[in-house]
Amino acid sequence: MNKLALKDEILLQVEKPARYIGNEVNAVVKDKSAVAVRMAMCFPDIYEIGMSHLGIQILYDMLNSFEDVWCERVYSPWIDLDKIMREEHIPLFALESQEPVKDMDFLGITIQYEMCYTNILQILDLSQIPLLAKDRTWEHPIVIGGGPCTYNPEPIADFFDMFYIGEGETRYRELIDLYKASKKKNESRTDFLRKAAKLPGIYVPMFYEVLYNEDGTILEMRPTEEGIPKVIRKEIEMKVSDTYYPMKPVVPFIKVTQDRVVLEIQRGCIRGCRFCQAGQLYKPVRERDVDVLKDYAIKMLKSTGHEEISLSSLSSSDYSKLSELIDFLIEECGKNYINISLPSLRIDAFSLDVMSKVQDIRKSSLTFAPEAGSQRLRDVINKGLTEEVILKGAAMAFESGWTRVKLYFMLGLPTETEEDIRGIGDLSNKIAATFFETVPKEERKNGKVQIVASTSFFIPKPFTPFQWAKMNTKEEFIEKAYLTRNSIKEQLNQKSIKYNWHEADMSVMEGVFARGDRRVAEVILKAYEKGCLFDAWSEYFRNDLWLQTFDECGVNIDFYTTRERSLDEVFPWDFIDCGVTKDFLKREWGKAMAGEVSPNCRMQCLGCGAGIFGGGVCYEAKN
Amino acid sequence: MKLRIKFAKFGAMRFIGHLDVMRYFQKAIRRAGIDIAYSGGFSPHQIMSFAAPLGVGLTSNGEYMDIEVVSAASSEDIKNSLNKAMVPGIEIVSVTKLSDNAMNAMASVTAAEYTVRFREGYEPSFDWAHLIDAFYEQPSILVNKKTKKSEVEMDIKPAIYSLKAVVDRNGTAVIRMLVDASSSGNIKPGLVIEAFMKEHGETLSQFALEITREDTFTNTGTAEMPVFIPLDAVGDQF
Ligand code: SF4
Repeated sequence: MNKLALKDEILLQVEKPARYIGNEVNAVVKDKSAVAVRMAMCFPDIYEIGMSHLGIQILYDMLNSFEDVWCERVYSPWIDLDKIMREEHIPLFALESQEPVKDMDFLGITIQYEMCYTNILQILDLSQIPLLAKDRTWEHPIVIGGGPCTYNPEPIADFFDMFYIGEGETRYRELIDLYKASKKKNESRTDFLRKAAKLPGIYVPMFYEVLYNEDGTILEMRPTEEGIPKVIRKEIEMKVSDTYYPMKPVVPFIKVTQDRVVLEIQRGCIRGCRFCQAGQLYKPVRERDVDVLKDYAIKMLKSTGHEEISLSSLSSSDYSKLSELIDFLIEECGKNYINISLPSLRIDAFSLDVMSKVQDIRKSSLTFAPEAGSQRLRDVINKGLTEEVILKGAAMAFESGWTRVKLYFMLGLPTETEEDIRGIGDLSNKIAATFFETVPKEERKNGKVQIVASTSFFIPKPFTPFQWAKMNTKEEFIEKAYLTRNSIKEQLNQKSIKYNWHEADMSVMEGVFARGDRRVAEVILKAYEKGCLFDAWSEYFRNDLWLQTFDECGVNIDFYTTRERSLDEVFPWDFIDCGVTKDFLKREWGKAMAGEVSPNCRMQCLGCGAGIFGGGVCYEAKN
Repeated sequence: MKLRIKFAKFGAMRFIGHLDVMRYFQKAIRRAGIDIAYSGGFSPHQIMSFAAPLGVGLTSNGEYMDIEVVSAASSEDIKNSLNKAMVPGIEIVSVTKLSDNAMNAMASVTAAEYTVRFREGYEPSFDWAHLIDAFYEQPSILVNKKTKKSEVEMDIKPAIYSLKAVVDRNGTAVIRMLVDASSSGNIKPGLVIEAFMKEHGETLSQFALEITREDTFTNTGTAEMPVFIPLDAVGDQF
């Protein structure tokens, strides 16, 4: 067993010391003298969240399958330890070896949400790695960013040596070989980065410059050297049934968010909800072979000892072999007392039947995500869920014994009117009424139905048809939340309906980071230096500090959020090619404004551009 | 069939709390393929219970849990399969079979033996190794015990079955004590040391002690004439 990086006095002082000791089941420990390349993979949030992320587990498994590489994990130290490490100048360490991150060859950081940007700086800072890429030398690890936020990496471009755009399975081997060769030949760090910049999917910000128009929009982004690609196309794994997947995922000691075996059944989504970034980024849909999945399930349950298995995908109901897979799991898991959790299922007769088999109906709730309160607005966002379908699903569920319903909506969607917002109250009320109509009085357990309606604020994201949309101001958001609340209070069944809403301040910041450019980096750096950290945690989010910093840096928030964007504006992320073309997104934006819906990929191909990857749903026979 | 499993907990695992050790074993039992029995009900759980929770930071050579199994080949077999499913820092020491009417681990616990070391830089300034005998020989040892509402003075002497300084394997002087560990009268080793130091005008700092639970015992004698035997001594190898 390795000596722990933190002494007992510290571990006994901090909350949940298990976050920092490593040693978990299936954690990979290698002989460091026998590997050529050492890597730390980081999720910049606390252990419980980071450990729940499948992407890192996949990369961890893949990188450790390379004999010459040892990949370890690192997460954000929580506030208590963060303070101690700063005071005592303890360098941040990787969990497996308990050795400093700064001594590694690579530090990979997965960036899953914008509000973790200051945590990226925390990781670098505690690791004693210069925050700005330009200040680093061969003394420091190569810092790589990956994950969905890197589809607009510009607000954090200054902090990274490179970004890996797209799915991690494809290019790491080449990148590592390039690194080994560079080291062997004693090349400079810049030379290595220059070569890396020519690998598909790798974006090295230092070789690009951005020219701006007088109005602050981008004139052009261009490579500063010959041979550096102008456009970076995302990497994608097309052979999803024949690639890396962790048969022995690491099993944490403490309870984490995703404390179960996770079976990723497919990547991508056939539905083109116009607000959804993941839906566009991961196109086209690629399904995993059902027999492969069955085999994975058995092996992973055996190697972890988990008592629960969960299916993962953006929309599990669209997986073509779903019923075969679920039947198999019910049979297999039933023998071993293993629970099955089925998130992201569309509510219909099939899913209700399955759910009643695998969960305790009395304890579970039914989830609908209509996203908008009226059919008109649902057409605008291309959410193919109608009131009729919702009420029918709810009625069936109530008949089977469910009494709890969760509803998710967004406020601030393009073209939204007061009427649309009032629709949230109406729809919630109709669901409650459906309960009282379908369940006779004597059969009502506790006499009631519980409906929880939640709203989040709509944030336009890159690579969606809504990337041109104006975001609402904080004041508009709050007004809309009040309107929603009042519309619920006016309802006949208001006592059965609870309403939650998301913080507006945080949404505004997320809006800036999502569509920000390189000029936002300075604000992030300064805000971090002022003490902003764990911004995704509402109790630590310091809006006052953020606003002050934007002000001091002379960066205008509205420019990034509420400004009207013209159709021909050059976006900071235009240099990335995610398959889906800007022309397609423009067409969809136009259809949204006209209130027209688009069919999904299985009904009819829309020619989005992702067909260029030569596989997946694009090449299935269409109905 | 009821089995009693004795395990040691050391190294990094001393930072894993009691509830997480339970979760750890639930998963380990699945990995090891032990044919454990499940309770009934809508969410069946493994039939498993632990003897005495060990505080975070302590190591132990004598932790116990009881499980109910449907079938088991032999003590050796269960021990080996479990050990293959362990991480460094938890080791299965013995597996014994209990008779059907045996008391469960938690209810059987009456005493525990501890080795207490002073961490480097935290040793008392007085000659503690020699003075500990005199401390123990007093007719009563009074400590203030905090309850929810107030502090009460109590005599812990009757709950200390033995207390002495010994030399460990590395030739270092340590304190060894056997104290009450029953659910009603449990004494933490730190409490004893604190009283000892207080008597000599010193205070025990938070991180001064390194504590190992050597074993957990049950009483096969009477309350007046206790006979302490390790919890696994009531079971049989099979
Ligand atoms: S090319 Fe067609 S089928 Fe393929 S992802 Fe795009 S819209 Fe769907």
